[in-house]
Amino acid sequence: MSQLFRPGANTFAKASVIAGLGVALGLGGILNNIERTSYVTDVNVPRDQPVMFTHKHHVSGVGMDCRYCHSSVEVSSSAGIPSTEVCMGCHSQIWSEAPILEPVRESWRSGRSIQWNRVHDLPGYVYFNHSIHVTKGMGCQTCHGQVDKMPMVWKENTLLMEWCLDCHRAPEKYIRPKDQVFNMEYKPAGNQAELGAKLVAEYKVRKLTDCSICHR
Amino acid sequence: MDKELVQKPIAVGIAQDPVIGPGHDYTTVTDKISELVLTTKIHKEWVIGFLFSASLASLLGVAMYFLLFKGIGVWAPNVPVGWGFDIINFVWWIGIGHAGTLISAILLLLKQEWRTSINRFAEAMTLFAVACAGMYPLMHTGRPWLAYWMLPYPNTMGMWPQPRSPLLWDVFAVSTYATVSALFWFVGLIPDLATLRDKAKHTVSRYIFGALSMGWRGSADHWQRYEMAYLLLAGLSTPLVVSVHTIVSFDFAIGIIPGWHTTIFPPYFVAGAIFAGFAMVLTLAIPMRAFYKLEDFITMHHIENMCKVMLATGIIVVYGYFLEVFFGWYSANEYEKAVIMNRFTGPYAWSYWALIFCNGLAPQILWWKKYRRNLLLVWIISNIVSVGMWLERWVIIVVSLHRDFIPASWGYYTPTIFDEAFFAGTIGLFLTLMFLFVRLLPSIAMFEMKLLVPAAKARPESEGGH
Repeated sequence: MSQLFRPGANTFAKASVIAGLGVALGLGGILNNIERTSYVTDVNVPRDQPVMFTHKHHVSGVGMDCRYCHSSVEVSSSAGIPSTEVCMGCHSQIWSEAPILEPVRESWRSGRSIQWNRVHDLPGYVYFNHSIHVTKGMGCQTCHGQVDKMPMVWKENTLLMEWCLDCHRAPEKYIRPKDQVFNMEYKPAGNQAELGAKLVAEYKVRKLTDCSICHR
Repeated sequence: MDKELVQKPIAVGIAQDPVIGPGHDYTTVTDKISELVLTTKIHKEWVIGFLFSASLASLLGVAMYFLLFKGIGVWAPNVPVGWGFDIINFVWWIGIGHAGTLISAILLLLKQEWRTSINRFAEAMTLFAVACAGMYPLMHTGRPWLAYWMLPYPNTMGMWPQPRSPLLWDVFAVSTYATVSALFWFVGLIPDLATLRDKAKHTVSRYIFGALSMGWRGSADHWQRYEMAYLLLAGLSTPLVVSVHTIVSFDFAIGIIPGWHTTIFPPYFVAGAIFAGFAMVLTLAIPMRAFYKLEDFITMHHIENMCKVMLATGIIVVYGYFLEVFFGWYSANEYEKAVIMNRFTGPYAWSYWALIFCNGLAPQILWWKKYRRNLLLVWIISNIVSVGMWLERWVIIVVSLHRDFIPASWGYYTPTIFDEAFFAGTIGLFLTLMFLFVRLLPSIAMFEMKLLVPAAKARPESEGGH
């Protein structure tokens, strides 16, 4: 009876073991990295909005405080998106004829809210509360980046769970004095490790890493 | 004279029934076993059995459809009985698998010749039982496509699985068990696959068996390495016989639920697993042996030995039941006592007494040789034991949980039609795989059987090599 396979088949069989392992590991590695690219996370991708609103101009140009528009950030889970009335508080007086602001005036006339596009969209199964973070010394800029330098806002951080846990496991790495929370230019005076540990103790910040803290 | 003395131990080991019928030589063994696979004839009975099993297995598909599209609410578990059919059947199936590993690994290391004709399909049974068992933890999550979350891999959640949970130990225990069992089974098949490759007439089957036999030529080098690899795998499998069900028992014993929190659980679960496994081997072997006329290979010697293992492990299991009651009293804990009394007299008392009958009383008949040789009776007892081992898990899980610490949260667990369909479906899957196995692969190890024929024995022991 003739041979079914040529001797080369043995080499092929051995190579396939290594190749199989390589493909499996390689695929795993690729998938693992794709998850962290901005293609998936939208980090650093400016989001289109119905109004050409620029944080850069309003914060670093005009010098407005975050809380003028995001007024519920210290008392509520949501920081709050300003109503059209808040915009019109100024823009009925200045730039009241600017074509760029027509969508705002349209909203004002019709009474329909402006449909802003959400930049930071947490999944529904995650509970998040702005007020506890800002009142315990977490700066806006720590999570949102230097919004005062963003013409159109983008996500500065991934919002992946590993990112949340990075701080929840070691809040001393990021905590700042309470009076510096809304400062976009904050730099720690001295060593963050020392200052952080001191503030964590002073503000009684706990390392909240139980599942049910966020997944309620 | 000298030669006879050497052979004496074998003669003693097979006091009355030989491990292989008379009149067999190398050729007849190969022909008889390979013929079952290579024949083009399709038995009507096989087709009927296969179609029946496959339709049961398709019920599994239906049950899974409802589970995945409607959610796990279609299953009955709920407060206070948070674990129901899913874990009962998981433990039941895993237990059944254990006999295969015991036969193939421990009995090999102990040089028990009678394991030879039953090890192959007992190992197949192990694999299929583990596959059925795996369905439950996988499906009870309701989102089986995320099952990889149970494995430790670098992920964007910044999390590792919880190493303090016995359920995670289960993941590793069962996946190791499945991997080693599959490897052991496949390595054991290689020389036989080569035989089939050489005997097959059809080109396609020659290529399939050829590829599967991985270039086996039967050279002395091959055999030497093969024996070593097989021995190493047997050594790897041996601790698994004990470890897997020990860890499964930890799912309960680590918890602080009265009725679960006892130290007897690991040995009692392992014995129960072997008990259930041998019952399943007998349940499958007796009809297969009759249908394929394999009386020469699976002799009364095998049947009797399996009955004896069943009897011995059954007694250990009964000892476990006794100790559970003892612990209930000795703990001086009112909740422990209440659980035991609830088993005796509570709403599920029927299941406890049925369990005592199935696992405690019924197998005792196997003390008598006359009954161990009565195939129909042995088959019935094996089935009773399978039912008994299922009831054991029912009693441990449902009966311990349904009366919570506070009477206000007491409940009564009744499985839904979807629980039942899923269970019936896994039985169907198991039988379907068994039917395919006996048709497509040699269900008895040919090359090992050949070591048992008189021609192999005629040589001095040192050359026998096994």
